[in-house]
Amino acid sequence: MSSITTAVNISAKAGTQTAPSTLLSIRNVAKRFGKNVVLRDISLEVAEGEFLTILGESGSGKTTLLRIISGFESASAGEVWMGEERLDRQPPYRRRVNTVFQHYALFPHLTVEQNVAYGLRVAKRPDAEIASRVEEALEKVKMSAHAKSKPSKISGGQQQRVALARALVNRPRLLLLDEPLSALDANLRRQMQVELKSLQREVGISFIFVTHDQEEAMVMSDRIALLRSGELEQVATPREIYGRPATAYAAQFIGHTNLLRGEVRGGSVRCGPLVWSAAFRDGPALFSLRPENVRLSDGNAAMAGGVRIRGKVRHQAFHGATELIRVECGDGLVLVVRTPGSSGALDEVELEFSSADAILVRESLERI
Amino acid sequence: MFSRAYKAAVTLPPLMWVTVFLLVPYLLMFCYSFWSVLASQTIEHSWNLTNYGQLLRIDVYWQTLLRSMWIAARVTIFSLLLGYPLAYFLSFHAGTRKDLLYQLVIIPLWVSYLVRAYAWKTILGSDGVLNTLLQYVHLTKHPLEFLLYSPFAVVLTLTHIYTPFAFLPIYAALEHIPRNLVEASHDLGATPGQTFWKVIFPLSIPGVVAGATFAFVLSLGDFLAPLLLGGPSGIMISNIVVSLFGAAYNWPLGAAISFCMLLLVVSLLFFSERLEKKWSFS
Repeated sequence: MSSITTAVNISAKAGTQTAPSTLLSIRNVAKRFGKNVVLRDISLEVAEGEFLTILGESGSGKTTLLRIISGFESASAGEVWMGEERLDRQPPYRRRVNTVFQHYALFPHLTVEQNVAYGLRVAKRPDAEIASRVEEALEKVKMSAHAKSKPSKISGGQQQRVALARALVNRPRLLLLDEPLSALDANLRRQMQVELKSLQREVGISFIFVTHDQEEAMVMSDRIALLRSGELEQVATPREIYGRPATAYAAQFIGHTNLLRGEVRGGSVRCGPLVWSAAFRDGPALFSLRPENVRLSDGNAAMAGGVRIRGKVRHQAFHGATELIRVECGDGLVLVVRTPGSSGALDEVELEFSSADAILVRESLERI
Repeated sequence: MFSRAYKAAVTLPPLMWVTVFLLVPYLLMFCYSFWSVLASQTIEHSWNLTNYGQLLRIDVYWQTLLRSMWIAARVTIFSLLLGYPLAYFLSFHAGTRKDLLYQLVIIPLWVSYLVRAYAWKTILGSDGVLNTLLQYVHLTKHPLEFLLYSPFAVVLTLTHIYTPFAFLPIYAALEHIPRNLVEASHDLGATPGQTFWKVIFPLSIPGVVAGATFAFVLSLGDFLAPLLLGGPSGIMISNIVVSLFGAAYNWPLGAAISFCMLLLVVSLLFFSERLEKKWSFS
């Protein structure tokens, strides 16, 4: 098996070949509030037409990073460039960037239509152009029927659409979305995820989407930038970040995983009772093994590179499409297995996984 | 649920208060305004509209009423011109000094009205601080007479006294504007100036209306400032009412004028209430 470093290199090369030109480039940006370091040394590039999600827990600095791009916060160090233009020296109203705010921030004294027209009005576009573009934008978000309503008279989901139309009507090169779906209920939220994504494809504008919801990030993004305590843990496509998490934190934050702590010596890995051969550098090592990559062995001959172990079932949780089974394998090792459908009551089982699915990850050090 | 006895016990005192100290006096005043004073200095309880007729016929009354309104209007405008920028600065740009500055604006309200009016007397008088200074730096040779005992002095003093009253509701309205609206405006390309006129000012209108109402109504009914600093040309309608109830001993005419003012003020409050409602969006 190839090591992780080569795998990452290959995918990174493939990425640059297909990716269109860079739109936004964040270079070594840091932010301090007094002694409190919120962001340190963030470098990130966003391509034309890309849907990039900044994913992180609350307090990870994701909103601060977004506010540095929109101009409501200034970086303590580093630069932000949009093409040939240095963005971070300009006031927010000069940047060709628009934001959809967390609580929509619609102007309460203006109608839906006037809200959407706001950006074009302050830019002093001709009236006829404003009228047609506003109409078109409202149509796109299916809010034409409410053009004359005040924001207080429409629902949260509708306000969301108006906020989107108000930003898109200006044809920004980059749209920033600050947890725009967090105030909506679960069903509406899923529906808006799909709509938002297809709208982004349609208009072809780059989106930077901030969320703390890993599922939302997975569903919508071309790439995810995982932020933790002000530092980027990993920037990759949803598939990459799920299949090949770079750090223990990335593996745990996105989906479920088994973290196996062990040691590599002379081409063989030992994690408690588990042993398999792999060409990693000698020393302590940490592996991520997804529950769905572990199977209940059917007793047939082992597959190539397969690792087997027997254990006692401690807990079974039925989730509908899948079932999660906790298996104690001795020596303090507990493996979580995801099986399709229900497996009935189990006691002693034999587990099997391919050693290629045990992904070597970096330790995520605790930071204050 | 509260018991009937409890409800009665809670509502009765304020009800009594309003009846005894507001409704009954107003009713009495209303009655007085239709009666008249005989030569023998006794009040005749016959009902007629003579007092209201006099109000319209005799120049000094309606002219003073108009002048009072004109003074009150100027006080309102100056209070808003001073109070709005102050409130805006405090709300949007004062940062950590906000609370301190707010207290500094409020402190004058703790000083007796009378003291503040007298202070202006010492500043504006012929031997006052201002005239002494002007002569000392040779800007003027003689004391400026228009400074004291003039409508100017009244407007100046009332503006000083009522600016905090205009400031407070404006400040409250500005503090209530969600800051993300200001950010949204900048985000959509509006300059700070455009943001002020298109977002901040419209949303502060209820505060401006409330502040203007305070300043106008309070200064319209003022009688101390014109008494102390107004001189003959700075007399206001309340001074006339005071003298009609006092030395002139014509309570019926005084009551008629008071009733007209009451009507004016109440209708003003009614309109400002409507205006505030129309411009509030929470």
